[in-house]
Amino acid sequence: MSNETRPTVNSDLPDDSVDERRRQFLLTTTGVLGGVGALCALTPFVSSWMPSAKAQAAGAPVQVDLSKIEPGQQVTVEWRGRPVWIIRRTAEMLKHLNDTTAQLRDPDSLVEQQPSYAQNKFRSIKPEYLVLIGICTHLGCSPKYKPFEKELGPDWPGGFYCPCHGSMFDLAGRVFKSVPAPINLEVPPYRYISEHEIIIGEDDK
Amino acid sequence: MNGLLKWVDARFPLVSTWKSHISEYYAPKNFNFYYFFGSLAMVVLVNQLLTGLWLTMFYTPTAAEAFNSIEYIMRDVNYGWLLRYMHSTGASAFFIVIYLHMFRGILYGSYQKPRELVWLLGVVLFILLMAEAFFGYLLPWGQMSYWGAQVITSLFGAIPFVGDTLTTWLRGDYTVANATLQRFFALHVIGVPLLLLVLVFLHIVALHKVGSNNPEGIEIKKTLDEQGHPLDGIPFHPYYTVKDFLGVMVFLFCFFAVVFFFPEMGGYFLESANFIPADPLTTPEHIAPVWYMTPFYAMLRAIPDKLFGVIVMGGAIAILLFIPWLDRSPVRSIRYKGNYSKYALVLFVISFCILGYLGTVSTTPIRQFLARICTAIYFAFFLLMPIYSRWEKTRIVPERISG
Repeated sequence: MSNETRPTVNSDLPDDSVDERRRQFLLTTTGVLGGVGALCALTPFVSSWMPSAKAQAAGAPVQVDLSKIEPGQQVTVEWRGRPVWIIRRTAEMLKHLNDTTAQLRDPDSLVEQQPSYAQNKFRSIKPEYLVLIGICTHLGCSPKYKPFEKELGPDWPGGFYCPCHGSMFDLAGRVFKSVPAPINLEVPPYRYISEHEIIIGEDDK
Repeated sequence: MNGLLKWVDARFPLVSTWKSHISEYYAPKNFNFYYFFGSLAMVVLVNQLLTGLWLTMFYTPTAAEAFNSIEYIMRDVNYGWLLRYMHSTGASAFFIVIYLHMFRGILYGSYQKPRELVWLLGVVLFILLMAEAFFGYLLPWGQMSYWGAQVITSLFGAIPFVGDTLTTWLRGDYTVANATLQRFFALHVIGVPLLLLVLVFLHIVALHKVGSNNPEGIEIKKTLDEQGHPLDGIPFHPYYTVKDFLGVMVFLFCFFAVVFFFPEMGGYFLESANFIPADPLTTPEHIAPVWYMTPFYAMLRAIPDKLFGVIVMGGAIAILLFIPWLDRSPVRSIRYKGNYSKYALVLFVISFCILGYLGTVSTTPIRQFLARICTAIYFAFFLLMPIYSRWEKTRIVPERISG
């Protein structure tokens, strides 16, 4: 108590006067520390919204047998709750991949939407088998497989068409210009464990 | 009874609150049709809270059981179909009422000084209402629920750098999943409704501080009688309580006609794709939000760039917040504004309706072009308002409300 009543350096102040600087200092430090504390207290509320341990564990790799896929056929498997397509492209399809390069936004797959081993013009490890995450890069719909030429009008080269907002991709999942989707479809990490079997969700280490 | 009232009033401002907000709250005497929608919004809110509370008693918020529990409500729970249809029709009714309520505000300049805060709180309520509707729409866990939520949460992925993390954080999984459903349920039944109630309270407190505007845009508080009451005002009770009661009756006739005879409203109130359980691997052929979101959805689709499209859609809603400062007219009501304001408002309403239609159908190049024109008109209405509202010739507003 004696500390508070004793005259400060400013001894001409009467005893009951308020030390404004001291009050301001205390208010500021209390405010700052309290604010930091309140922000830290948000941690459990914010963090609990991230994928739980269970959801992360459910993202385990998936094994797929490719030998049963017919040429030209699309097969959909689920990985991390998302559709993953495997398309066995015919020689005809692969031959026409280069015809539309000029109409593509990113023909050389420069945006990192694929592992480095799939950064080639086929966007796959073996040209014949295309592996893609079947989620449109615009707003997350699942595009439709429209493999035949002229299936969607005279200029359609064959590829994927998103019914939600009209985005179009070629048969390597590369996005066409002047559609809402900004980048190519994503290629998930995958590797061959034998001639005709792949594991989706694991890199070739 | 009188003794009890006295006992309470000594401890709580009961009589004074009743007087200042109801029996001696003076409102302009010339309210017209558009002034029903404030009280109707409250009626619909009560309907949503009550039927929603009952629906939570039978609904199961898990990805495995949600769709089945809706079927259970529809087929097995006594009057479950009625509770659900009242709730789903109530959602659409809420937006019809709120859109007309907002149109009234724009029509008569009710956002102008000193009612800016009433308008701002109203816009925040509108945004919350859209969030509430969006969260609720996922709960039946049908195809349209699922893919609608997938599309809207993906919007946040357009934000540079943090977009993908933010999207995963919102969903609680790598895609819309059980975790998403459970948090949307919590937000739909507790989080947003509480905020809505608080903001409705503040909206009314702010309104009663400044008093209602009216179709003439004349400030009734300028001419008072000897007791200090506005000469052109009448007490809210009994005059407007009785009038609003009539409005509520007419509204309930229409509302229950829909509930009983066409609850799906040809696919506009309940979409057919939502009668199929959610399938994370297949998107429906044609995806569209419920009608009340379609004008904004059409703007999103009209822009061939992801980030810019999201900015335009967000901006279309956010720009409503600025209208009190964009309108530079010396008069409030459209009745006294000049021709430019009238043409602008007509074009704006037409564009908004066309966008609403375009958002429900699939895109073609011509529709895409039309959507872009309408989006431009929508924004021009607001952005050019400081110019046309200021330089046009307005009519002189009388001192008193006549008749």
